[in-house]
Amino acid sequence: MARAKAAAAGVNPKAKASAKYSAFGLISRGATNTSWPRVWRDVPLKKTYDVVIVGGGVHGLACAYYLAANHGITNVAVLDKADLGSGGSGRNTAIVRSNYLTPEGVAFYDRSLDLYNTMAVDLNINVMFSRRGHMTLAHTDSALRTMRWRAEVNKLQDIDSSVIDPSEVKKLAPSLDVSDHARYPIVGALYHPPGGTIRHDAVVWGYARAADHHGVEMHQKTEVLDIVVEGGTGPEGKGAGGKVTGVRTSRGDISAPIVINCTAGWATLISDMAGVSLPISTRPLQAAVTEPVKVFLPTVVVSGSLHVYVSQTDRGELVFGASVDPFNTYNIRGSLEFTEELAGHVLELMPGISRMRLLRQWSGLCDMTPDYSPVMGITPVDGFLCDVGWGTYGFKAGPVSGEQMAAAIATGQTPTLIEPFSLSRFAKGDLVGEKGAAAVGH
Amino acid sequence: MLLVPCPNCGPRNAADMRYVGESGPRPDPNTATPAQWRDYLYTERNPAGLLRETWYCRSGCRTFFVVERDTTNNQFVHGPTRVTKLGGKA
Repeated sequence: MARAKAAAAGVNPKAKASAKYSAFGLISRGATNTSWPRVWRDVPLKKTYDVVIVGGGVHGLACAYYLAANHGITNVAVLDKADLGSGGSGRNTAIVRSNYLTPEGVAFYDRSLDLYNTMAVDLNINVMFSRRGHMTLAHTDSALRTMRWRAEVNKLQDIDSSVIDPSEVKKLAPSLDVSDHARYPIVGALYHPPGGTIRHDAVVWGYARAADHHGVEMHQKTEVLDIVVEGGTGPEGKGAGGKVTGVRTSRGDISAPIVINCTAGWATLISDMAGVSLPISTRPLQAAVTEPVKVFLPTVVVSGSLHVYVSQTDRGELVFGASVDPFNTYNIRGSLEFTEELAGHVLELMPGISRMRLLRQWSGLCDMTPDYSPVMGITPVDGFLCDVGWGTYGFKAGPVSGEQMAAAIATGQTPTLIEPFSLSRFAKGDLVGEKGAAAVGH
Repeated sequence: MLLVPCPNCGPRNAADMRYVGESGPRPDPNTATPAQWRDYLYTERNPAGLLRETWYCRSGCRTFFVVERDTTNNQFVHGPTRVTKLGGKA
C-alpha cells in the first residue's frame, strides 16, 4: 500500500543510494542473477531550488556533481526535455584529447583529460577509458605546418604531442595507406599518446549516479518553456541588467536564483528565453558505425583534409565522424551524400576495409562559435550562466567545464581556466581561435 | 542533400554553393562603434524556424542571393532574391 502511494506521488519506492560497484558485487549478481537497482532517484519536482541546470548531458550532470561534491551545494535540479545523455552526450564519437592550438585551450582540455583519467575511481564506475593514442594525419605541407605549431604549443605545456613521419604512422596503424600513390598522400601526423576513447554513456551515468548520491535531483522529460527574468532592459523585463528568478517548465514553475544553460543544439533558444544573444550557429554533424570486426586499428585516426575521424570500439566496430554540415539547421536527418563521401574518404585512407558494411548512421547538433571556443560563465543577465557553444569539442570538455562552472557559481568569481571563454570576449574582439585544432576541416 | 534555389541556375546542390550566413542590415562602418560592428559580425539569431539567409552560387553563376528557409525541416519558403547592393552579411 505504501508502495502504491509512493508510486502515485512519483516517488520510486526503492529509492535509496545504490551500493558501491565492485568486482565482488558483479560476480555475486551474476551468480544469483539479481537485477541491478536504479542508480538515481525519481523524486517529485520541488517549487524552489538553489540552482537549476538546463540540460542533462555530460556538462549539466558534471556541473551538478561538482556543485555538490566540491562545494556542498546540493539543492540542485537538472532538467532535461528528453532523457539524460540523449543529446550530444550520446551522439559524439567519444574521443578525448588535449592537443589544442591555443595555450588557453590546451590548459583547459588537459585538465579535462586529468579528470577523465581518475574518473573511474572518483565516480566508482568503469568508464572504459582507453588511452590508445590520437593521430591527426597531414596530407599537405600547410597541414603539417599547423601540426608543428600545435606540437610546439603542446610541448610548452608539458603535453605529450609530437610530429611523426609516414613510416612511424605505418608502425602505429599498419592498415593506413602511407604510399605516395594515394590521391591525398600522408606526409606526416601529429601524434598525441594520451588521447583516446572513453565510454560516453558510462560518463553520463557515472555523473548522474554520483550527483544523486549527493542529493542532486535529476528530472527527465521536463522541458524548460521560459526563463523568468526581472528588471532587464529588454521586453518582459528580460535581457541585460535583469535578474533571474526562476524557470517555467512543462511540469510547473520553479523559482531559483541561478539558472545555467548547459544545452547543446538548443543553446540559442534557451538563452533567448533570458534575453541573451549568443554568437552561435547550430549545425548538424553526422557520424556512422560499421559492423564489428577483429581489432586492427590501435589508435584514433583523424584526417582533416579528408573530413573524417576513425576509431575502433572495444566491440570491434569502427566509429566514423565527419565534418559539420556547411549551413545552419536544427534538422538532424542523415543524408546519403554523407555516407558516400565518408566511404570514399575512409577507403582512401584504409583500402583494406572495402568489404565492411555500415551498421547505422546518426547525427547530432553542434553549436558552432566564430572562434571554435566555447562560451562559458556569466552573461549580462544576473544569475543566468552559460556553458554552451561547444561545437565539436563538447564531450572532451565535460568534466572540466562542470568543475569550473561549479566553482564559478560557488565562489561568484570566474575561474582563471575559463576566463578566456567569456561571452564578453566577442564584444571586446578578444577571440580564442581554436579552428586550427578542429579534428576535421569545417 | 539540400537543393538550394539559385535565381539563375535553378535548384543546385548545397555543395555547389557557399553558405554566407544570416542576412540582416549592416551597420554603417563609418559610424558604428567597434562593439556594434562586432555584434554584427558575431552575434547570430540562429532561429529554429524561418531564417533569412544569403547564399553564393560558387560553382555556378556567382550570384549572391537571399532566401528564407525553415531550419527545422530545411524547406525553402521565400525567394530567391538577388542581392543587388552591400548590406547583407557577406
